[in-house]
Amino acid sequence: MKIVVDFDLCESNAICMQIAPDLFEVRDDDFLYVLNEEPGEDRREALEECVQRCPKQAISIAE
Amino acid sequence: MPEAGHLHRGVTRRHITIVGASLAGLRAAESLRRQDYDGPITLIGDEPHAPYDRPPLSKQFLAGDWDEDRLALTKPEKLADHDLTFRLGTRATAFDLASRRLTLDDGSDLEVDGLLIATGARCRTLPGTEDLDGVFVLRGLDDSLAIRRAFDAGPRRVVVVGAGFIGAEVAATARESGLEVTLVEALPQPLGRVLGDEMGAVCAAVHREHGVDLRVGVGVEAIEGDGRVERVRLSDGSVIDADVVVVGIGVIPNTEWLEGSGLEIDNGVVCDATCLAAPGVTAAGDVARWPNQRFGEVMRVEHWDNAVEQGGHAARRLLQADEDAEPFTPVPWFWSDQYDRKLQLAGRIRPDDDMQIVTGSVEERRFAALYGREGRLVGVLGFNRPRHVMQYKTLIEQGVSYDEALAADL
Repeated sequence: MKIVVDFDLCESNAICMQIAPDLFEVRDDDFLYVLNEEPGEDRREALEECVQRCPKQAISIAE
Repeated sequence: MPEAGHLHRGVTRRHITIVGASLAGLRAAESLRRQDYDGPITLIGDEPHAPYDRPPLSKQFLAGDWDEDRLALTKPEKLADHDLTFRLGTRATAFDLASRRLTLDDGSDLEVDGLLIATGARCRTLPGTEDLDGVFVLRGLDDSLAIRRAFDAGPRRVVVVGAGFIGAEVAATARESGLEVTLVEALPQPLGRVLGDEMGAVCAAVHREHGVDLRVGVGVEAIEGDGRVERVRLSDGSVIDADVVVVGIGVIPNTEWLEGSGLEIDNGVVCDATCLAAPGVTAAGDVARWPNQRFGEVMRVEHWDNAVEQGGHAARRLLQADEDAEPFTPVPWFWSDQYDRKLQLAGRIRPDDDMQIVTGSVEERRFAALYGREGRLVGVLGFNRPRHVMQYKTLIEQGVSYDEALAADL
């Protein structure tokens, strides 16, 4: 499972960071950083929540 | 085993009908599939379009930067995987709880098993403007397209009535398209109802810095013209020449079709704390009103994020036995993009809450402010501070005290 972020779409709303702070971080430069691009299957549910809740639909999951 | 549908630990549903095929309805359907519900799902939507995202309608799409394909809420190929039955361009006109019969405007009716109501809301309009060209509201894709065309025609001035979020965003987009804009607000400050006067004043300054002619504390007396709008007459006696008027004065939940259904309707579909309106009937999104136990307050929330989260909750609720159902207790959150500023508010704030800026400053238009009530942290407002808003939102969810939040080193 690989996290794909479309940084052209991302506007750093940081909702992903709230749902999965182990995977995403918006830093003081207001940019999003992916902390772990290939998390284990145990994070799939949280990641799917991030995909759904991202207001810009900037996150997707590559199998 | 039933012939069709999914045997769940809670309730077995033969089929699920979702009325409303926008954000809450679609995300509800997707959530059902993630719950491994593999029975039939029917989505009924009154618009002819496949489910699309609304926030860009006042921003990128209105500016002409995005085309329609980019609005899709779920890409067509992924949508196909979910095996959903769409009845688009079809409006639900009645429901009867006792017989569980749903009537549609094409004359057909169907018996529903699980029903999720997500019919959203529609814009309030100004009486007397119905037959006047050049006067718009903004809710749907077609509204945004019509306003975009009116902007492209090079109007001498755009008047935006109502400086709530839609009005403020439309004003910002119009200014960034090089148009002259007057923004009229009856309250003392733009966004004042949500943010209070002090923070509303910051928004007012941002708009004025970008060249908006902002008129606050003044109402609209009349919108006049011969067939099409020519001028807007304000309650202070002033008259503004305008070729385009966009009215953003709030919304009304779409519940008329449920009058006499047996469901309780009161400024929305009245639900219990778990989003259940009646046995096997739930509601989500702009149309749903429920007691949010976290805040001890009955709410109807018109935010994007709430539609997603409540859609999922209301969908799961349809598959749960009553004893397994959980209350829906979100910390409401929204964002609004105006010019290069991103406003975000999480929580429920009131004008008389304590408020303190914890990072940044109003002068640099980049800050986070915390709101406290009775010693509790109840809200956080950010201007270009997404990280802080989300971290403080987590603290609100954890129920920390206002003092603890002020002392937190984030």
